[in-house]
Parts: sequence; C-alpha cells; structure tokens
Amino acid sequence: MIHVEGLTKYYGSHAAIRDLAFRIERGEVIGFLGLNGAGKSTTLKILGCVLLPTSGRVVIDGHDVVSHPHEVRQRIGFLPDTPPLYDEMEVGEFLAFVARLRGVPSREVSARVAEAEEKTGLREVDEALISSLSHGYRQRVGVAQALVHRPALLILDEPSSGLDPRQLVEMRSLIRGLKGAHTVLVSSHLLSEISQTCDRLLVIKDGELVAQGTEEELGQRLGGGGFIEVEVRGERERVLAALAGVGPVRVTGEADGVVTLRVDAPEELRPRVAQAVVGAGLELLRLDRGAERLESLFLRLTHGPEGAAS
Amino acid sequence: MMRTLLIARRELAAYLRTFQGYVIIAMVLAVDGLLFNAYALGGVSKRSSEVLSLFFFFSSGTTMVASVFISMRLLAEERQAGTLALLYSSPVKDHEIVLGKFLSALAFLTLMTLATAFMPLLVMVHGKLSPGHIAAGYLGLLLLGSASLAIGTFGSALARNQVLAAVLSACILVALLTCWLLARITEQPLSDVFGALALWNQHFQPFQAGVVHVRDVVYYLLVTYVALFAATRVLEARRWR
Repeated sequence: MIHVEGLTKYYGSHAAIRDLAFRIERGEVIGFLGLNGAGKSTTLKILGCVLLPTSGRVVIDGHDVVSHPHEVRQRIGFLPDTPPLYDEMEVGEFLAFVARLRGVPSREVSARVAEAEEKTGLREVDEALISSLSHGYRQRVGVAQALVHRPALLILDEPSSGLDPRQLVEMRSLIRGLKGAHTVLVSSHLLSEISQTCDRLLVIKDGELVAQGTEEELGQRLGGGGFIEVEVRGERERVLAALAGVGPVRVTGEADGVVTLRVDAPEELRPRVAQAVVGAGLELLRLDRGAERLESLFLRLTHGPEGAAS
Repeated sequence: MMRTLLIARRELAAYLRTFQGYVIIAMVLAVDGLLFNAYALGGVSKRSSEVLSLFFFFSSGTTMVASVFISMRLLAEERQAGTLALLYSSPVKDHEIVLGKFLSALAFLTLMTLATAFMPLLVMVHGKLSPGHIAAGYLGLLLLGSASLAIGTFGSALARNQVLAAVLSACILVALLTCWLLARITEQPLSDVFGALALWNQHFQPFQAGVVHVRDVVYYLLVTYVALFAATRVLEARRWR
C-alpha cells in the first residue's frame, strides 16, 4: 500500500526527516510514534501530497506522490495536525463539499455524508456551524472529512491531540473501527493511544526511523522483552539454587522471607520456572510475564543514547 | 471544471456569510455615492455623458481598492487557517484552486459593481444617456476589476496572512498604475512600452468615454491571465516548503 524509500526533507539547511524507509501493507493500522518535532507531521504531509520531498521515493497504491500526485490524492484521506475546517459552514454542508471535491458522485453524496457522520458520531450536529463546535467535535469533523469519500488510505496526524479522557476513549474506538475498511496511518506522541489501536509501530526520532515492528518485537529487539518475574517464599540461597538451571537470575527484592526475582528467559519457560521452584520444595507466590512496558521502551528509543544506536 | 465551480461556489458563499463581504460592499457604495453627489453632480452644470464619465472615473478607483480587499483573503486565509491542506490533499489541480478562488471573487465584484447601477440610472432618468455608454463603462469596470482581482489573487498566494497579501497586491497595482508616469519621463520606444503597460491611464479612459477598443479588452484579459498563471506557479512552488 505504502512504499517509502530514502525519504528526505530539508527546510532550508535543516533536515526534518532523513532517509526514511518503510512499507505498509493494505489493511494495516500503523502507529507513527515520535516526540514533537521528530518529523512525524512532515512525513505525513508528504504522504498526504501536501508537501513535496527533497529526495526519496514514496509510492502509494502503485502511484508515485511526486510524478502522479493526482492519482494518489484520489486514494487518500488526510487529517493534518490542525483540522482543515471552514468555520462559516455547517457540518453536513462541509462534509458534502469535501465529498464532491474528492469525486463522490452527486447522487451518493448525502449517503456518504450520513455514513461518515454515523462513524464519527456527528449525526446530532449535522446542522451546527463548525465555528460553534467544541474542540472534540472539530477533531471528529476532521476525521469525518478524511473518510467521507471512503479512501483506501487514511492518514491521521495526531487525531487525539487536546482531547479529554472521554473523547480519547471515543477516538480510540473510532480508529479501531476503521480497521479493515481502510489502511490507517495514525501519528501520536501518546503511547497509550497507539499501543491499543495499532497493529504495528514506526518510531521516529530526530527525523530518522529508529525502530519498527509490533510492541513485542520492539521489546525483544531492545532486550526489554522476555523476562519472567517470580515471587517465592523461602531462603534466598535455596531459591537461587533452584532457579540456576533456567537462566540468568537477578534478585530484585527481598522482604519477610519473600524473594522477588527476575529471570532473563523467554516467557515460554514459565512452566519450567514453576517446576523448578515447586520441585525444590519452595512456595511459589507469583509468576509473571515481565515484558517491558511500551512507555519505557518509547522513552528509551527517543531519549536514551542507546536509542540512536539501535 | 466541476471542482473549479465547487470551490468558487463555496468561496462565494463564504463572502456572503461573513460580514467582511458586506463591509466591502457598504464602503464602496458609500464612497461611490458621496463622490457621485459631490463630484459628478455638483459644481458647474454638465452634460449627462460627462457626469457618467466622471462616475466611471471614480468608480474605477473604488473598484481597484475594493479588489485588493476582496482578494486578500482568497489563498492567504486558507494558508493561515490551515485549510489549504484540505485542497492540497484532494484531487484538485492547482490551477483549479486558483481559478475557483478568482471566479468567486469576480462574481462578488460583479454583484458589488451592479449595486452601483442606480447612479447611472438616475442620470438616465433625468437626462439623456446612451445605454451603450453605460454598458461600455461597466465592461471597463469589470475588466479592470478582473485584472486587479487576479493581481490580488497572486498577492494572496504569495503572502502568509491577509494583511500582507493586501499590502503586496496594492504595491503591484500601484506599480502598474504609475507606469504612465514613467512613460512621461522616458524616451521612445521605452515610453510606449510603459504607456501600454499602465493599468489605468491609456486603457481605461476609452471605456470611461463609452468606447470599447479590442486592444484594451485584450490588455485586461492578458493581465488577468498572467497574474493567475503566476499565482498557480506560486501555489505549486509552495509545496516544496
């Protein structure tokens, strides 16, 4: 669906993005993750045919964004970081305008507008002036205008920015609901949003792609994934001796005769850990898969010195 | 073409829904009315055709000023509000955007210009006027307005905000207007070139007197085309940054 190669964009002498390369398959929901200023918006603007790249190639559904932007635009719906809304129009009227602009046949326009309003929960504000809408509704109209013509690819730049917790949940379920009908590329600097809605993540830092893959893959690649947390009642030495055969063990806490340990082994070995503990006559209190949380992964990727090296 | 008209229709509706449009019409009618009373009707008694010529003379001034204010929002406001991304990411060609915007402004200007028609009609009721003179004068006003709006569209494509757009367009208009002064102080053949380039002097005066020359019509259409072409190129170039 999307094929990006060596994508570079300079603003003057400053490179906003450098040598990006990734592929996105049809039907995937992809999270584009990075701190503010990392180059997310620039990348999405190029994919949305709003901005031209300095160099590199972007092919969307077989069409190059530089040489055949018109064909690409027929296949995409784009929500920029600020929703592009005409304040003096009514919601339904605006969506109808966008639908016609994107080539929806006249007789289908009202049905498509109704469909988009249904999906985004805008039915009750169909006749409201856009200027009178709250931030959450404006954001939804922004999403609605991107999908009203049923594009193959939806590009949403920070659709959740500035939303309150309830609206966040709604937006998340809205994006989840788009899966299947569209290929979705959604950017955010909020991890919680991305990890729950996306199949795969692209992590960008200072204009370069530092990692891509599923949450688990990223965890494993960074050595964060695949450890087991165990809580055992018993003497420290006996516990260590019992677990020595499974993998490298580290004691992370000890109180009231209860030892907490971290075993650096893949999660499939949990039964072996249990057998080892019970076999040694110790009491097993807790056994957990201790994959590193996405939040700390993200911080490691985008802040730490090892992030740049990976 | 369908998308051009779609953009033009939306833009025209925006003029008619925001009070900016009405303010412009009100100002133009007020200034035209004042000048008509004080300048065209007042003073020594004149023939009807002279009154009409004077009316077209100052109307050409208000038309140019109004054009700057009408066109300043066209593209600059879209850029300011971030809605240009909507047009950029839709299957619309840059020239369709520019043309749609320009056409809406032209339609608005036409409405505004037609609203001044009561003044020549008043003269017609009380004196003797040829309808041809009125028609020629209005054709001149619309052509001059079209050229000014196109220049305004170009200014609006260049600028980041509406104020800057108005200043830029006004500068270009003044530069074109004052070409006839350059024509006076330069020698042949340069003076001919400047004279022919001047936006108002040589080209509008015949309309004002009720005479339509093909060369004047062509001049205004050419200015319109060149300015719109330039605006399209600016829009294209803006995608690079």
